Amino acid sequence: MKRIYAKEEYCLGCKLCEVYCVTSHSASKDIIKAHKLESITPRLIIESSDNLSFALQCRHCDEADCTRACITGAMQKDEETGVVNYDEERCVGCWTCIMACSFGVIRREQAGKKVIAKCDLCIEEEAPACVTNCPNDALVLAERAEEEGVQ
Amino acid sequence: MSYLIIGNSAAGIGAVEGIREVDTEGEITLISDEPYHSYSRPLISYYLAGKVEEEGMKYRPDDFYEQHQVKTKLGKKVVSVNEAEQQVTLESGEQLEYQQLLLATGGTPFIPPIKEADKKNIYTFIKLDEAKEIASKVEELQLERAVILGAGLIGLKAAEALRQLGVEVTVIELANQVLSAILDEEAAALVQQHLEEQGIEFIFEDTIEEFLGIAEVEGVKLKSGKELRSQLAIIAVGVRPNVELATGTEIEIEQGIVVNQKQQTNIEGIYAAGDVCQGPNPLQNENTVVPIWPNAYNQGLIAGKNMAGESAEYQQNFPRNSIGFFGLSMITAGLIKPEDDSYELLISKCEESKCYQKIVLKDNQIVGFIRLNDVDRAGILTGLLKEGADISKVKSELLSDSFGYISFDEEWRQAKISE
Repeated sequence: MKRIYAKEEYCLGCKLCEVYCVTSHSASKDIIKAHKLESITPRLIIESSDNLSFALQCRHCDEADCTRACITGAMQKDEETGVVNYDEERCVGCWTCIMACSFGVIRREQAGKKVIAKCDLCIEEEAPACVTNCPNDALVLAERAEEEGVQ
Repeated sequence: MSYLIIGNSAAGIGAVEGIREVDTEGEITLISDEPYHSYSRPLISYYLAGKVEEEGMKYRPDDFYEQHQVKTKLGKKVVSVNEAEQQVTLESGEQLEYQQLLLATGGTPFIPPIKEADKKNIYTFIKLDEAKEIASKVEELQLERAVILGAGLIGLKAAEALRQLGVEVTVIELANQVLSAILDEEAAALVQQHLEEQGIEFIFEDTIEEFLGIAEVEGVKLKSGKELRSQLAIIAVGVRPNVELATGTEIEIEQGIVVNQKQQTNIEGIYAAGDVCQGPNPLQNENTVVPIWPNAYNQGLIAGKNMAGESAEYQQNFPRNSIGFFGLSMITAGLIKPEDDSYELLISKCEESKCYQKIVLKDNQIVGFIRLNDVDRAGILTGLLKEGADISKVKSELLSDSFGYISFDEEWRQAKISE
């Protein structure tokens, strides 16, 4: 399956990935309204220091610790798409997945219901918003390297 | 191949999924003494508090058993295992044969000796039926006061739920702190303070000696001599492996049913997983019972794969918990109270905001941590602990707010995230 890979040498630290992630996950899908009127938790994490930055999203692991730790069964890996997704209705905000995820890419939803927030690869769209809107190709959507080797 | 699974909670369901990853045709029978579709045990406190409905507690979709071609016998109790004949006997007298057997019978609440404990309205709190009974008692009695024996995970989740229903709750605990299995004294003091602010009362270093009342409980008498009025009591001092079915067989039992990393018992074709088993603990180099949900599911999954002929090992049988009370969250893992000074401790604390972080190191490896009221990205620590990673290069950053993948060198980071 395709995953998002960060190329830290190209990342400018502009945070446009975060801006468009928020917009993509808003109800309005409008960049201004999403930020001014809605309270959307970014589905990615930007790590940055003085001279280095990169964005991290859910790795959609094949053997995902989060799905196996989830106490309600809300977190599941979709067999067809490979996307690790969660059912907001069944998530109770126990944060067991946050305990389990060694990438630290599952967030707590900052507003509204006590649930998690994480990357869904913008599966309904053509490509993830963070990748499409990165101005310097520091985020790419690609097949995993070893899988490419096999093909 | 024919598989028999006894138990319908996390370990049993994990086993079904593990078997079906390998063997799509073998016959799976799953038996449970509870009459329900698989449900999330940890949600019973949410149910009691009215935060989830029974329907919302299902751990898997309605058609799970059908999809996985599982024949279920729910509400049926297995009373004995005959490992020589490879068969089990149900309470009804019915006998079932198996080629591969999984014991996923969970735990049984430990009941300490207390006088007059046969009165009504005294409960334990690990199953849905108990949560249902307690919920209806709260209404029926117009419950005003309850006592809970035990300030562990189960006792405090019960206390939180009852308090949210407006009940006056007193928690009685033999130790001198709350959550002694997962928190050190400092973190426990902050959690206790938070619970007290919500109106929960605590009595430490004491226990219930006798239940008072005639047919129904009306109060408790403590060892210290103190008496408390209470119309309902919950006993939550711990859960022991439910090894009943293995007793009297050749299956090896210590505290739990002894298993190896493949979840195999000493008897060929018999596996155990979840709260009933005692498996290799990578942090202690010995076999321990680690009754937590993620272990139960993973152990079931591993057992299932092995039962179906694949070779899989479980290497994460160590304690880790994520829990919260009245909005105060905590994630803790591994060894949190080291017993000697061969360990290095990194600690940061902010009493006002009830934040506390502790990382326990041994030879530059993380062997335990506590993250109180700041749980974000705690899984990075879990990952480092699991891996036994050498953290000497990032030690000075472990407690920092900005700690993350950026703290490591590029090679380490890329090896992880370019996977």
